[in-house]
Amino acid sequence: MTTTSLTAGPRWARLPRRHVPVLVTLALLLVMYAVGVSQYRAFSNVQVIFNVFIDNGFLLVVAVGMTFVILTGGIDLSVGSVVAMTAMVSAWLLQSGLPALLVLVIALLIGPTLGFLMGCAIHYFDIQPFIVTLAGMFFARGMCTFISDASIPITDGFWTTMSQYRIGDPRGNFVSISVLIVLAVVVVAAYVLAYTRLGRNVYAIGGNPQSALLMGLPVGRTRIAVYTISGLCSAIGGILLSFYTLSGAPLIGVGMELDVIAAVVIGGTVLTGGAGYIFGTVLGVLVLGVIQTLITFDGSLNSWWTKIVIGGLLFAFILFQRLIGIRYK
Amino acid sequence: MTDSRPVLTMTGISKSFPGVRALHNVDFQLFPGEVHALMGENGAGKSTLIKVLTGVYGIDEGVVTLGDEQVAFSGPMQASAAGVSTVYQEVNLCPNLSVAENIFIGREPRRFGAVRWGEIRRRARQLLTRLDLDIDVTAPVASYSLAVQQMVAIARAIDVQARVLILDEPTSSLDAGEVAQLFRIMRQLRDEGIAILFVTHFLDQVYGIADRITVLRNGTLVGEYPTAELPQLALVEKMIGKELDVLERIEEQPRRELAALEGGTPFVEVSELARKGAVAPFSLTIHAGEVVGLAGLLGSGRTEVARLFFGADRSDRGEVSVNGKPTSLRNPVQAIEHGVGFCSENRRAEGIIPDLSVRENMILAMQAARGWLRPIPRRRQDELVAQYIKALSIRPANPDLPVRNLSGGNQQKVLLARWLITEPRLLILDEPTRGIDIGAKAEIQKLVVQLSDGGMAVLFISAELEEVLRLSHKVAVMRDREMVAQLDNDDTVDADRVMQTIASGATREEVTQ
Amino acid sequence: MTDAKNRYQAVLSHRLFWPVAVLVVLLAANTVYRPGFLSIEVNNGHLYGTPIDILRLSAPLILVALGMTLVISTGGIDLSVGSICAISGAIACLHISQAADQNNMVTVFTALAMALGVALALGAWNGILVSVIGIQPIIATLILMVAGRGIAQLVTEGQIITINSGPYRAIGLGHFLTLPLAIFIALGAALLVAGLTRRTALGMIIESVGGNREASRLAGIRSARMVFLVYVVSAVCAAIAGFMMTANVSSADGNNAGLWVELDAILAVVIGGTSLAGGRFYLGGTILGALIIQTLTTTVYAMNISPQTALLFKAVVVIAVCLIQAPAFRAKLSRRRRGTPTPSTPSAPRQKEEVSA
Repeated sequence: MTTTSLTAGPRWARLPRRHVPVLVTLALLLVMYAVGVSQYRAFSNVQVIFNVFIDNGFLLVVAVGMTFVILTGGIDLSVGSVVAMTAMVSAWLLQSGLPALLVLVIALLIGPTLGFLMGCAIHYFDIQPFIVTLAGMFFARGMCTFISDASIPITDGFWTTMSQYRIGDPRGNFVSISVLIVLAVVVVAAYVLAYTRLGRNVYAIGGNPQSALLMGLPVGRTRIAVYTISGLCSAIGGILLSFYTLSGAPLIGVGMELDVIAAVVIGGTVLTGGAGYIFGTVLGVLVLGVIQTLITFDGSLNSWWTKIVIGGLLFAFILFQRLIGIRYK
Repeated sequence: MTDSRPVLTMTGISKSFPGVRALHNVDFQLFPGEVHALMGENGAGKSTLIKVLTGVYGIDEGVVTLGDEQVAFSGPMQASAAGVSTVYQEVNLCPNLSVAENIFIGREPRRFGAVRWGEIRRRARQLLTRLDLDIDVTAPVASYSLAVQQMVAIARAIDVQARVLILDEPTSSLDAGEVAQLFRIMRQLRDEGIAILFVTHFLDQVYGIADRITVLRNGTLVGEYPTAELPQLALVEKMIGKELDVLERIEEQPRRELAALEGGTPFVEVSELARKGAVAPFSLTIHAGEVVGLAGLLGSGRTEVARLFFGADRSDRGEVSVNGKPTSLRNPVQAIEHGVGFCSENRRAEGIIPDLSVRENMILAMQAARGWLRPIPRRRQDELVAQYIKALSIRPANPDLPVRNLSGGNQQKVLLARWLITEPRLLILDEPTRGIDIGAKAEIQKLVVQLSDGGMAVLFISAELEEVLRLSHKVAVMRDREMVAQLDNDDTVDADRVMQTIASGATREEVTQ
Repeated sequence: MTDAKNRYQAVLSHRLFWPVAVLVVLLAANTVYRPGFLSIEVNNGHLYGTPIDILRLSAPLILVALGMTLVISTGGIDLSVGSICAISGAIACLHISQAADQNNMVTVFTALAMALGVALALGAWNGILVSVIGIQPIIATLILMVAGRGIAQLVTEGQIITINSGPYRAIGLGHFLTLPLAIFIALGAALLVAGLTRRTALGMIIESVGGNREASRLAGIRSARMVFLVYVVSAVCAAIAGFMMTANVSSADGNNAGLWVELDAILAVVIGGTSLAGGRFYLGGTILGALIIQTLTTTVYAMNISPQTALLFKAVVVIAVCLIQAPAFRAKLSRRRRGTPTPSTPSAPRQKEEVSA
């Protein structure tokens, strides 16, 4: 058949290209883990892995939301502040005696509302996402200190239960309930991206917004939706953080947006949008978590190496994405 | 033509934009099972007609009938739902998504809200088999050639039980083999009874595939003809028109004499210069004081030739010599150093800096050549700018106005001034008179004559043959990205002869002489 | 009468009208709240008073914002300036703290030279990523924004380096001709940048690249070189700001020095009327923007509101300014005012603009 000359190479040679960044991240993670195990006896303990999930669960949820935004080619700088604001509002409302369930509902509504408003500003007024979410970041952080200058402890029964309940095996390894919530969020997000029209529209807009519009896809609605989703994820992250710390602190999560963006990029999602997976984001967060764990285990390395290594990885991955040509615009 | 009743009828269509009448009382008919070519030069109203049909624009006057119903689509989506699908010149697909997904996105088959990937792949394969295309539907669209992408776009278009398929310049970036493949599919769809509206600038392709041709010029209908009854020359004439040019009445220029210039050394000489996908190898010599006209239809490679001379694009083969010395023109900076200036046809994207003032836009090229450390003294700027505002009668004559506030013609003159200030030895003018009023046009033409009389070489590109013939010593004719002839502009050359060359092409020997 | 109306219109539509109005309102509100707000007194031959404080404290922001203005003018953005502030301050303080005589002028100048050298290298790094490798500016500078904090802490070894150097301290707190030295440094930098861009052709060429990169290339401008240059300038401005910040407190804190200054700087630039899309830049507007931000902060301090809560006001200002400048918002507003829907015909060219933007 004459048409065969038009097809692009054998199937096996082409297919992985989309998956290459994720595979590289996976390899990196395995190498880092292997290094850890070979260097430190205690590293092979399963609990080390569980702890990575426990300590970084809220980060992962926020990163999932950020993945949606970045897949459309946008960015959300407000996440760290929204996390803090959610935790702060919960702590404050609990302190003033509202029932836990009501607090939960209110706290989970604030983030998406702010996200929705930011999405509208971006879509209807054509202002850059960077600036709009920067304003959102200022607003949410301002709200935190507006509520209280000092951190507010949480003593509510539901919160303490969520914080302290351990799901473990007989050998003493355990995870918190938060980890299960995180996994649920990850699964739902992965499903939405892979199997719903909303998810596919997210990819389409990231690939080429102009085409998406001409193909009749609801570009505006989808764009607003991703910022709302990111707001919701930040809100969930904030709740999880308040489970973790049992308090609302006005200055917690400062600079978190950078870690989150870094995790998403290291996880193989392209910052110009259109390519990436939730699974990659999970790997990206794990890479960050394992770096921290390694540096903690080492003892002689200081915490600032985390930032330098993350910056280095960020550079390597961006350059790598550029080199293998995953950049459709 | 399998059916005598048209599937689509447009009657008395008129459409105006502020200041422009884009379509005036145009009729158009499309029958099932035919390929119908819509022809016309730039600004003839082809794309407006398509956009009016698919609901991108509203209609001022006239009626569109699809089948037996009168329709007025609100947009491309509604049009395609009613069976009128469009595939655009720039393939509108999402490059990151798979072939199958691109065909079905927005109307994916779902079960309980979940996209059924297996079903999508199966139906995509089915659809592509119908188009005789055997490709992996799970691979991203970006991994395939433009031709395949074009066909995927067609597959998307016909999946919705299309009755009318509009192909808007689908072939402009395809090579011969790919065009053949596209045509095979078009014929197949035609045989299935789909009506195809085909827009292209390539004459060969029209004669290769179209059953009938409708020609538009300046927003009005010239006529509708069966392809077999319309010779190429007649088609070109109808597209370009032979109206009595106002300019000709203003001033009849004497024929330019080439002989006097041939003796001197050529200013620039290129041989077998080419760029893959843009223009086939060509050789051309331009003498000081000579005006070389480039004639040809839109998309024939005129602009591509100009860009190679200026280093705006890199050539991938061929040799260049300036003043008899071999050199290269790899980028604009190099070309400017050799004394070349270039006014792009795309004024907005490649010409003006809209935010900057008239003055700044004028001195930009000269300033760039001097380097930022040696600013042109303000007094010198004012002199230069005042001089050219006066010489080119730029209105309003305010040098500090942002250039975006000027009319198209005046912006064009600002660009001309930008290059004249650098005192180039070769000035390339790509469609300098397009879209500007008749007065400004005459002034620019006069200027070209003056400049060449003063010893400047000019490469002059225009879609209007009369204009090219009036100004040029020599006319190079482009056709399908190839330079098919170089004609000395003597008594034997007239518009008919050039049109004939455009229509039929010339032998290869004539080019290399 | 129409003449007066025209003049009124001209004043109202002047690009600096809104920034100046905001500043005046802020100052007026302060004076009402605290009548002594604008008073200046002489003490020890130095001028003291809230307005002087505002000027002194806004000096680092003005410096950073000057560099940012040029970057934004080319259509880019530089997120790494805060980290560069921290790194340069840390290097300078580290060198001084290790010297036997911290008041030695040679030591201080060596320290400044070293730090500036590093800043040049960091700026060049950003410039290469953007202009040579072609990474989007926001992403390219994000790398240094993240890693730079770590580098700064690496330099200070996670400690806060405290120094006791008179000459270095003078950068932030010294006086000259009755006014704080920092004001003169910021003013000097502003004049230098203004001179460099407006007395030469540099400014026009930068604006040209930001306004239409392809057209600039075709006019013979080496666009990539210009883009590279502005990132270097931005880094140097940030480094000097870093000296001021650390000199103010006589210590270098790798974690907090210059934190979020990039956001304030971007804000100052936008308030000053330079479009984030690139093109025309206004150094005067930027300085005004920086003053507004500092006045806002000082106001909030004076009202005993925590500085973090000031962010709430900032958020309002950002959104207001961006909305005023957003063409889409203006169009919607004026359409409503005129009460007639604008013709929807030219939708196709608009789509094209979006692609290029």
